[in-house]
Amino acid sequence: MTGDDKIHLSYQVEGGDLTRAGEASSGVKQTLRKLGIDPGTIRRVSVCMYEGEINMVIHANGGLAMVDVGLDDITITLTDFGPGIPDIDKAMQAGWSTAADSVRDLGFGAGMGLPNMKKYSDEMNIKSIVGVGTTVTMVVKIPS
Amino acid sequence: MRHSVALTLKKCRGCTTCIKSCPTEAIRVRNGKATILPNRCIDCGTCIQVCPHQAVRSLRSDVREALERFPYTIAVPDPALYAQFHNLNDVNIVLNGLLAIGFDDVYESAASAELLADAMDAWDQDHTTLKPEISPACPAVVRLICIRFPDLLGHLAPVITPVELAAILARRRAEEAGVPPEDIGVFSIVPCSSQVTSVSAPNGLHKKVLDGALAIRDVYLELLEPMRQLGSGDLLPLAGGRTGAGWAFSGGEALSRRDKRYIAVDGIVNVIKMLEEIEDGRMPDADFIELRACTKGCLGGCLNVENPYTAKMRLKDLMGNLPPSAPPSAKARQEVTDILESTEKPEFLPTFQLDPDRRKAMEKLMAIQQLEDRLPGLRCGSCGAPSCRAFAEDVVMGRASVDDCIFRVRARMQHMAGNTDADDYLPAPFRRRKETPAASDEEATS
Repeated sequence: MTGDDKIHLSYQVEGGDLTRAGEASSGVKQTLRKLGIDPGTIRRVSVCMYEGEINMVIHANGGLAMVDVGLDDITITLTDFGPGIPDIDKAMQAGWSTAADSVRDLGFGAGMGLPNMKKYSDEMNIKSIVGVGTTVTMVVKIPS
Repeated sequence: MRHSVALTLKKCRGCTTCIKSCPTEAIRVRNGKATILPNRCIDCGTCIQVCPHQAVRSLRSDVREALERFPYTIAVPDPALYAQFHNLNDVNIVLNGLLAIGFDDVYESAASAELLADAMDAWDQDHTTLKPEISPACPAVVRLICIRFPDLLGHLAPVITPVELAAILARRRAEEAGVPPEDIGVFSIVPCSSQVTSVSAPNGLHKKVLDGALAIRDVYLELLEPMRQLGSGDLLPLAGGRTGAGWAFSGGEALSRRDKRYIAVDGIVNVIKMLEEIEDGRMPDADFIELRACTKGCLGGCLNVENPYTAKMRLKDLMGNLPPSAPPSAKARQEVTDILESTEKPEFLPTFQLDPDRRKAMEKLMAIQQLEDRLPGLRCGSCGAPSCRAFAEDVVMGRASVDDCIFRVRARMQHMAGNTDADDYLPAPFRRRKETPAASDEEATS
């Protein structure tokens, strides 16, 4: 194995199906456990993955979750072809959400998705074009 | 660790029913017989319940032998025992029945459950356990957390079960009464395999506190006749009240904890889902989570006689006749708190790790992924593994041969024989003619 080799995992996330959100996160967790990655890192990756999955399910009619596991870090790339985020800075503010109040009362759209993803990852990058889609990239470093 | 779940090879037909229901993928069929991967088994007993040939069972308990082993023998019955009998209206008859078959003392696990609930409530006031607090009462759940959810170990309350606490207190009571320590034998009477395993491998105690565990179904048979002859006497004063008896069914433990917003989950599949959610940061809005591997809680354990639904109805009837639970004395609370202080946090057991060296683990994982892509993905179980992914892992780890996949072998034979129709029935990875994705979609919808 060379230093560049990474394990690639990819999951199709179905839009609108909240009951299946979390399946990609669960699959990634099982893989990371097999690699002997420490529980704290696995927890951070699973929170990032789950929040990202939920975002894609609720806002973007699904998308693709790709995870690259390297020796030193784990890169999560979430790509969707949803409505895009008009103001990323605003979307990053804790509590800000486009979700209607009725949905917020039900526990989704609390405006903590992106802030949580930022909190639990070491690097996060959002590229979004309104009407085209959004790609969120997160890097979680594995402590040596 | 000595597992209580064991196989009778003579009865096993290698039917693969158990391998697919095992929540930790701990069983394989090798050479036509099931075998258990010991460091993955959590003794939940699911395989015991699904085996159509009664080949998997919990080690048989010999009540007579247990009674003869020590001069002074104490029974610690789980309250699930009470729910096994028809037309029983008084728990005392069961306890006196235990004395009648030869036990010298009985310490109700229902009584220690009440002490435990009280001390855990007090514990919460001066200790910080991560919220939601997870119940340590089901040994199979604690083992599951150790191997699969290590990051949740900090959510566990002090790891001790009511039966273990009862055993400690019962032994002290006997010693205080002047029985020589070496003469005392303490036996739990339990509803499930995980509690049998706990005797030799307690999750949170640094030494054994029980001398053995007896299955409810084995004690039941011994009790029937003596109980018929006993009237409702107060020979042995009841120590446990209504609340403690309720620990036998799902939600009973949670109800005994003071001012707790709780969730009670039963059934191992549901337990895993709940733990996954907590791990993903979806913290349920609860203070306390009661988790039980068996359906309906301990009444659903594989060592009971009665089905959990009937048993629950009976236990509720019995509880109506029990006195309300009295709050323990300050002295009793202190004694239990000291025991809680002496418990140890269970450790992460990395049983799923492919290699201690991460670089090697990654190489193995890549080999597994590559092999999995060339397997049919049918989860047929013919190779003896629960899924193609598990099989690929077994091959890479040297636990199986790639030729154990019957579809691979069949494809090779068909292709060797020059059979051109083979594509019609071979799973996708083995077809010679590669389908275009569009064509196969059309086929699926028509």
